[in-house]
Amino acid sequence: MRALDAKLLRDLRRLWAQALAIAVVLASGVMVLVVAHGAQRSLVETRAAYYERNRFPDVFASATRAPETLLAEIAALAGVAQVEGRIAARVILDMPDMLEPAMAQVVSLPASGTPVLNLPVVRSGRLPDPLRPEEVAVNEGFARAHGLVPGAEFRAILNGQVRSLTVTGLLLAPEFIYVIGPDTMMPDDRRFGVIWMGAAAAAAVFDLDGAFNDLALRLVAGADPAPVVAALDRLLAPFGGTGAYGRDRHIGYVFLASELEQLEAMAAILPPVFFVVAAFLVNMVLGRLIALERQQIGLMKAVGYGTGAIAGHYLKLATGIGILGVALGWAAGAVLGQGMTALYARFFNFPWLIFTPGVAAFALSGVVGVATAVVGALRGVRGAVRLAPAVAMSPPAPPAFRRGLLDRIGAAVGLRQTTMMILRSITRWPGRAAVTLFGVAASVSMLVASLFSFDAMDAMVEEVFVLGNRQQITLALAQSRPRAAVEEALALPGVLAVEGAWGAPVRIARGTRSRLIAIEARPETGSFVRVLDVAGRPVALPPAGVVLTEGIAAELDVGPGELIEVAFLVPPRETHALPVTGIIRQSLGQQIYMAEDALFALLRIAPQVNRLNLLVDPAALPTLHAQVKVTPALGGISIWGELRAQFDATLEENLTMMLLIYVTLGGLITLGVVYNAARIQLAERSHELASLRVLGFSRGEVGFVLVGEMMLLATAAIPLGWLIGIGFASMVVAGFSTEMVTIPLVILPHTYATAALVAFLAALAAALMVRRRLDSTDIAMALKARE
Amino acid sequence: MGAGGVVFRAERVTKVYDTGAVKVQALRGVDLALREGEFVVLLGASGSGKSTLLNILGGLDRPTGGRVFFRDRDLTRASDAELTRYRRDHVGFVFQFYNLVPSLTARENVALVTEIARAPMPPEEALERVGLAHRLDHFPAELSGGEQQRVAIARAIAKRPEVLLCDEPTGALDRTTGVQVLEALVAVNRDLGAATVIITHNQATQRIAHRVILIADGRVLRETLNETRVPPSEVDW
Repeated sequence: MRALDAKLLRDLRRLWAQALAIAVVLASGVMVLVVAHGAQRSLVETRAAYYERNRFPDVFASATRAPETLLAEIAALAGVAQVEGRIAARVILDMPDMLEPAMAQVVSLPASGTPVLNLPVVRSGRLPDPLRPEEVAVNEGFARAHGLVPGAEFRAILNGQVRSLTVTGLLLAPEFIYVIGPDTMMPDDRRFGVIWMGAAAAAAVFDLDGAFNDLALRLVAGADPAPVVAALDRLLAPFGGTGAYGRDRHIGYVFLASELEQLEAMAAILPPVFFVVAAFLVNMVLGRLIALERQQIGLMKAVGYGTGAIAGHYLKLATGIGILGVALGWAAGAVLGQGMTALYARFFNFPWLIFTPGVAAFALSGVVGVATAVVGALRGVRGAVRLAPAVAMSPPAPPAFRRGLLDRIGAAVGLRQTTMMILRSITRWPGRAAVTLFGVAASVSMLVASLFSFDAMDAMVEEVFVLGNRQQITLALAQSRPRAAVEEALALPGVLAVEGAWGAPVRIARGTRSRLIAIEARPETGSFVRVLDVAGRPVALPPAGVVLTEGIAAELDVGPGELIEVAFLVPPRETHALPVTGIIRQSLGQQIYMAEDALFALLRIAPQVNRLNLLVDPAALPTLHAQVKVTPALGGISIWGELRAQFDATLEENLTMMLLIYVTLGGLITLGVVYNAARIQLAERSHELASLRVLGFSRGEVGFVLVGEMMLLATAAIPLGWLIGIGFASMVVAGFSTEMVTIPLVILPHTYATAALVAFLAALAAALMVRRRLDSTDIAMALKARE
Repeated sequence: MGAGGVVFRAERVTKVYDTGAVKVQALRGVDLALREGEFVVLLGASGSGKSTLLNILGGLDRPTGGRVFFRDRDLTRASDAELTRYRRDHVGFVFQFYNLVPSLTARENVALVTEIARAPMPPEEALERVGLAHRLDHFPAELSGGEQQRVAIARAIAKRPEVLLCDEPTGALDRTTGVQVLEALVAVNRDLGAATVIITHNQATQRIAHRVILIADGRVLRETLNETRVPPSEVDW
């Protein structure tokens, strides 16, 4: 082995703890890249293959009752490749293992047996026999939640009749990657399922012989869905069409897309933080090493080593640290990627999902990781290369200190000399102090940006469950009914109070921007369901005009007082220009609102309801549930207490793991930064600190000089970290918010406090680790010559 | 001279450095007494054990065998904290390489000690005693070697120590500045009455002391009392 390489290995061995601390920070960045890119790639590839193989449609539409003869006309539209009409309906189920009713989406299978689009994957059992009306297949998640196997039976309320159904198979389908019930925020396999039923049986049950009410289309490659959507709206209008839409409004597609966006945001925001911190750490440690080895560098130059050899030597050292970091990051990324994929596999119903990070994620993170270390080393190496041999062999000039403002302040306040040593060390090496400061600030900011998600979720829970929806139960009616239904509902067992609402699909537009959405009509001063203004206070609906959520207003680029076009997709199917009279906050879901009196006057129809919000006596719940299960007029039920429990449980499961990871990563940055800074301080000032011991300072007092400087910097970094954290949090809000979920930017004091505490404790732990080394240094060495 | 009470008493002090592979016998049974106000020069070649002895007297190191008393206190039995306390309250150190804190000015380097001492003199007074009243606010990097060493002496005496231990205080200095430093030490010894021990391998320096102790091979080889002391300025360098 060449002598220089032997030196390299020994340097690395000597600096192992510092090298490891840097490598860990670097590894964190590499890991996040591998996991985010890997998960993204896995999801994208799985989605693409699944959608292609099982023919996920491009355009969707619903109607009340359209004749099957219309299908040929639709198939003839330009750009349409395949068309399938079917029957779809929401039904209430009476599951033997549940007191309260469950709900399901029924979809029909064609008489031929296998559909053209949305091809189901049979996970076990078989598809139902088209000739046997009692046979159905259910989605795998629902079956698992209820322990259903082929041959099992359960009861459903189909168009007012209680029917016993037999399970023949468990299925998955590309349209049900994400199975979520109406009015819910999270998938709940226990309360909501999918039922596949033969076309003949479905037509008989829902009274749709020779007709369809649900439509799916696949377009030829490259076709624009917009004209097809417009044509479908026109063709389906006479048959109660509720607005066609493309994949971008399909709930499963949108959820998956938003998950991919989140991964992209994660890959874009986090790794650079780690890489920048790691680069500065390499700069700091290598700068110190080179300063220490001035004479050796001079000697090497004097005996004829070229600048290339010397530069190469130190760059190799940095590369070594880089390789260590990349290796650690790859290993951690592979492990965490598996875990993340397992989480996705639980969340999204894919028939298969394999973590395939691919060469690209590893290659990219590897190159960036090593490059980070090398870039960090460049400044120090340039200094080494520039040293003239003669200069390099004489000892460096003693550090020059100057008196400045700080000293006058210090003198005025009467600071102790040990405190002055801390302050002067910071002002003498501002670059080094800045690295520590920004490193800790980065870690605090990361903690703020991850911990705040709990605050945001709490704010959403408060908004949805406490302020916005104070009803205990929402019943969805199968069809719109006169307002007298509100009074009738009072007769249901245990019902104390009822408020009605009416929802309908509309297409809203302003200029060239338009979208499909639901409008909800409510009493102006509803006391159960309330809208919140942008400041989060419940407000009454204005007596006229429409109220938009912030997201919709931004999407249409419309403000209060301006007009939008509202095309009602239910009879009398009119289009009105309505003024925007309010902008509200709504974190979950998107709807527009209008006072019911104004709406029904506008449409010149008698007041109607299709949703009933109830306050109930808890003691009467079992009787109420039993009644709901046999009430033909109902299409669905939401129990808000259960929704909230499910919401909390899902968040708990998903957030806790992510949070643990982020807190660990945030803590590691501080640990790496402070440990290195303190080690360098110790190395450079061991002589000085040992002298203090000789002069009669106790270990604690000497330790104060070292630990005090680190803690002072860490403490100063905390407010800075908070500020940067707010910036990161707003990036997270922007990156993670989707059409369905708007994450509120809420950061509570305890989040700032926790972030500060974690960083402070990590800094203290690192500084104390180094202090232990200080304790073990030989104080008699102060009497000997300097290094 | 040396009429005062005994400050230090070393009895059969031995010191063995065990580096694993080799055992180095630095001290082989040293007996020694030091009296109040006495100015002693410890003379000896490199490796003779004089620095080890000074470290043990100063509470920086513990002997392997024998006992060391500071007045009635047994330093060999003292805990770490007690040794720290002892150094803080009773001992002034002057090193060959000054060991000033580079980030503190002359005044602050002295204040470093006066802030933790029991009955110190003001830093300004200590610096005036070593002739540096005009350099109070200079950082070590702005002072000459001799000036730095005199700051170190000021720092050592500011706590009004009972013992002043100096390890090669002029070792890194030329004659002129070396003489200045020695004069400062003699003056301090005279004015404050601190028992002063100076390690040197410069034979000429011995003539400024009351007593000269020659150490060789870990033992006291010879002790000499100077009938007449010579001022530092007359010492041949």
